[in-house]
Amino acid sequence: MYSFELEIPTTVADAVAALGKDEAQPLAGGQTLIPSLKARLAAPSVLVSLAQIDEIKGVTIEGGTVTIGGGTTHATVAAEVAEAYPALSYLAINIGDPAVRNRGTIGGSLANNDPSACYPAAALASGATIVTNTREIAADDYFEGMFTTALEEGEIVTAVKFPVPEAAAYIKFEQPASRFALVGVFLAKYADGVRVAVTGASEDGVFRWSEAEDALSNSFGADALEGLSLSGDGMISDLHGSGDYRAHLIAVLTKRAVKAAA
Amino acid sequence: MPKDHGIGASQKRREDVRFLTGTGQYTDDISTYGQTYCVFLRSDVAHGTITGLDASEAEAMPGVVRIFTGKDFEGIGGLPCGWEVTDKNGKPMKEPAHPVLAQGKVRHVGDPIAAVVAESLEEARNAAEAIVYDIDELPAVVDMKAALQAGATKVHDDLDDNLCYDWQFGSDQAAIDEAFSKAAHVTTLELINNRLVANPMEPRVALGEYNRANDESTLYTTSQNPHVIRLLMGAFVLGIPEHKLRVVAPDVGGGFGTKIFHYAEEAFVTFASRQINRPVKWTSTRSEAFMSDAHGRDHVTKIELALDADNNFIGLRTDTLANMGAYLSTFSSSVPTWLHGTLMAGNYKTPAIQVNVKAVFTNTVPVDAYRGAGRPEATFQLERLVDKAARELGVDPIALRRQNFIDSFPYATPVAVEYDTGDYTATMDKLEEMIDRAGFEARRKESEANGKLRGLGINCYIEACGIAPSNLVGQLGARAGLYDAATVRVNATGSISVMVGAHSHGQGHETAFPQVVAEMLGIDESMIDIVHGDTSKIPFGMGTYGSRSLAVCGSAMVRATEKIINKAKKIAGHLLEASDADIELKDGQFTVAGTDKSVAWGDVTLAAYVPHNYPLEDIEPGLEETAFYDPANFTYPSGAYACELELDPETGRVTIERFAAADDFGNVVNPMIVEGQVHGGLAQGIGQALLESCVYDENGQLLSASYMDYAMPRADDLPFYLVDHSCATPCTHNPLGVKGCGEAGAIGSPPAVVNAVIDALHSGGYTHVDHVDMPVSPHRVWKAMQG
Repeated sequence: MYSFELEIPTTVADAVAALGKDEAQPLAGGQTLIPSLKARLAAPSVLVSLAQIDEIKGVTIEGGTVTIGGGTTHATVAAEVAEAYPALSYLAINIGDPAVRNRGTIGGSLANNDPSACYPAAALASGATIVTNTREIAADDYFEGMFTTALEEGEIVTAVKFPVPEAAAYIKFEQPASRFALVGVFLAKYADGVRVAVTGASEDGVFRWSEAEDALSNSFGADALEGLSLSGDGMISDLHGSGDYRAHLIAVLTKRAVKAAA
Repeated sequence: MPKDHGIGASQKRREDVRFLTGTGQYTDDISTYGQTYCVFLRSDVAHGTITGLDASEAEAMPGVVRIFTGKDFEGIGGLPCGWEVTDKNGKPMKEPAHPVLAQGKVRHVGDPIAAVVAESLEEARNAAEAIVYDIDELPAVVDMKAALQAGATKVHDDLDDNLCYDWQFGSDQAAIDEAFSKAAHVTTLELINNRLVANPMEPRVALGEYNRANDESTLYTTSQNPHVIRLLMGAFVLGIPEHKLRVVAPDVGGGFGTKIFHYAEEAFVTFASRQINRPVKWTSTRSEAFMSDAHGRDHVTKIELALDADNNFIGLRTDTLANMGAYLSTFSSSVPTWLHGTLMAGNYKTPAIQVNVKAVFTNTVPVDAYRGAGRPEATFQLERLVDKAARELGVDPIALRRQNFIDSFPYATPVAVEYDTGDYTATMDKLEEMIDRAGFEARRKESEANGKLRGLGINCYIEACGIAPSNLVGQLGARAGLYDAATVRVNATGSISVMVGAHSHGQGHETAFPQVVAEMLGIDESMIDIVHGDTSKIPFGMGTYGSRSLAVCGSAMVRATEKIINKAKKIAGHLLEASDADIELKDGQFTVAGTDKSVAWGDVTLAAYVPHNYPLEDIEPGLEETAFYDPANFTYPSGAYACELELDPETGRVTIERFAAADDFGNVVNPMIVEGQVHGGLAQGIGQALLESCVYDENGQLLSASYMDYAMPRADDLPFYLVDHSCATPCTHNPLGVKGCGEAGAIGSPPAVVNAVIDALHSGGYTHVDHVDMPVSPHRVWKAMQG
């Protein structure tokens, strides 16, 4: 780790001001950034910790919407949305291990947009709204590819609003070493249709499987997916699985998600 | 009532108190006055010529004490290989130089180029990044078959090619040819034994210290065998005589073989501390461990079994390519040969066996012994092959094994070893009793109802442990003796310190060894402590590996304790005014046979050190004895293992539902520790079978370089185990009748897992799948199912 200055603001406004400093970088739960710093792969001169900002923490459930503060840990999400949005709670409780869940935050995960992370699938499948210190961004406009989002420099995810679906499920097939999603499928059924978001698989990061969405919106059942498949082209191919295997898993997991949600 | 004392008692491990409460003293916990910190600059390319290396600016950076490069090591010995293998034409293996710091070339990712010694770790890292160097990258040799092709890039310019040796062993060609020519059936299998990274919980650490006042060097290091390190480093690398070199291996957090070897970092910190006259400490990062700890396994094998019309095994032939990596690590050459070829008979009376092994240099981290070392590779290929033969012949895999079991002992195999004892039918009977084979079909149906396939895999194993008879291994090329030693020091009040050559880094010696001495003397274990890990305190023993500690060092301890008893009886005889021949020792009391005259253990030990009333004219005062023990033969633990698993045909994912191990370890001193050793071994074997894989790309870059990509087994990957060691045939040639249990789990479990996978696939109609290479990942299973 190289040396850096550490700022610990307690308000969003102070955090934004601190992020204006030269080579400043926000530090949420640090589950990606701290290992990068330890490996000397990142060298910010200022780290702005978001961990002490109370206004971006916590969960509120109101009028069919679950709103989760950007600084809320996975453990808190898992506990607080267990009744309101069980599929999201299930997703959160299966991220990493207890140490990760007690430090990592939903805002940090969405800002990082790791192509194998779980939360992007939930946000995209739920048609969530990502709230920042300056604006609200629809999930469909937010994810722009691996490790890339619509966030501007210095913009902070303050909250995420999830419309609560009629039914939902998240099925994660773990990569055996990291236990990130080799493929993860989040399915959410709303009155106006079904959304299916896939993480872990595509070279472009999280994406919606529109064919499956159409079929399931027409007829919600695993049978509706018969014959649907994705091509392995453009899918991640690595030590743990080829693109074709990932494409195959998407179809399998989507069927399982339908069954789990039904 | 189970025993609570002495041999056979499941005493809780006394060392766990400090391990579990954070009070262990590991090498990195040791810091000395004036200590400096060392960081290595390591090659990030697999193969290249160093065309420029300038540390002058880095050397001027804050806190830098000195920067060392290959130049500083000109004229200093390289790291030695401890075993010379002779090839099939009688020529010695090729033995390229293995420099401490690179001499003009780098040969694997992680090869050390330079070392910075600084006041702090941070300053050392900063300076290491500032060293200016240029490497002309050369094509990397990664694949073994490609490495052996004519015209392949050479890992070592001064060698003719990348072939370290071409070794052949076993029956003569005529016998093998005859077996295969008259075979009614031949089963053939090609397979890979996957490369592994040992990943002990504690990474390696080395701290070198020099005392100018007496010209003594001390090396604190994470080693399984401090005396071996002292011997190798002192005699072959740095030229420091034994009496000026002390090697200390304090608490060590797991070894698994990878901490046997003498590493460059150990030689470096010892050398550098003498140069700068200050202590130098190096602590491996986890990332460094992946590219500098010796790896394990990495064999590519073709094996063939000839059977007669009655399904008797009549011939076995194997061809293996064994990866040595870029340099010969300490015992690397012996693993694919003498620790592998000699085990190819397995549990079967195959009359003709021939083993061929080509060892190959590649631009990868050196490969050496890893838990089991050669024996898992032998077991895996043989037991996979026997299973395939049973399937091809349409016979029961257990019946085929039983039919071919060796059933009379001693048994001399065609591959040089003589099994002293064993009962393979008994362990198989026990296994069948443990696994409820009769209920398997019902369990399979239940799995199928849930959309899963269910498989049952069985295998046997035998291993050669208690390493090793020195005269035999000497003939085979070992450059060291493999005896061990123990000193039993009885103190004046009767307490005892036992100094042993074995090193405990998880094996529980501190608990089990005192149980043996306590049993022999009839005193309480709490009066006895084991001292290990410091060459200044212990006799010249050879350390811990090859499941040898109790069988070899424990035997030395028994011999030394027998000497103590003999002398103590003489003292007791004097005190009791009786002949020592009439003295009996029981429950810590010396009694004149047939009388009520007795003296206590403590009276005798006190007399030995306060010899006011003592037969000084006949015997010396004091009560301390040393014994060296060189085993007459290897020991041969054996057993039968079963794995029952579910396979998800949609994803290819395998989950182990049941695992049973029936082992014959001979006599057992502490059953709980033995079971713990089996559990750990099974976790490593199942890890190899399902999860672990060290992978290089074609440029020699390590792809599985962290836990993000290298899958270690975790608790929820593993089932509850059924283990049993009641089928004991005691070793016939050591005083305790013990065989060793440390490696069995890792040796015996991989074939059971893969056999079960194949069984599951066949039950689902995937009968075209003959084999799936380890690790049997979901992706690999799915690919195999696609055909």
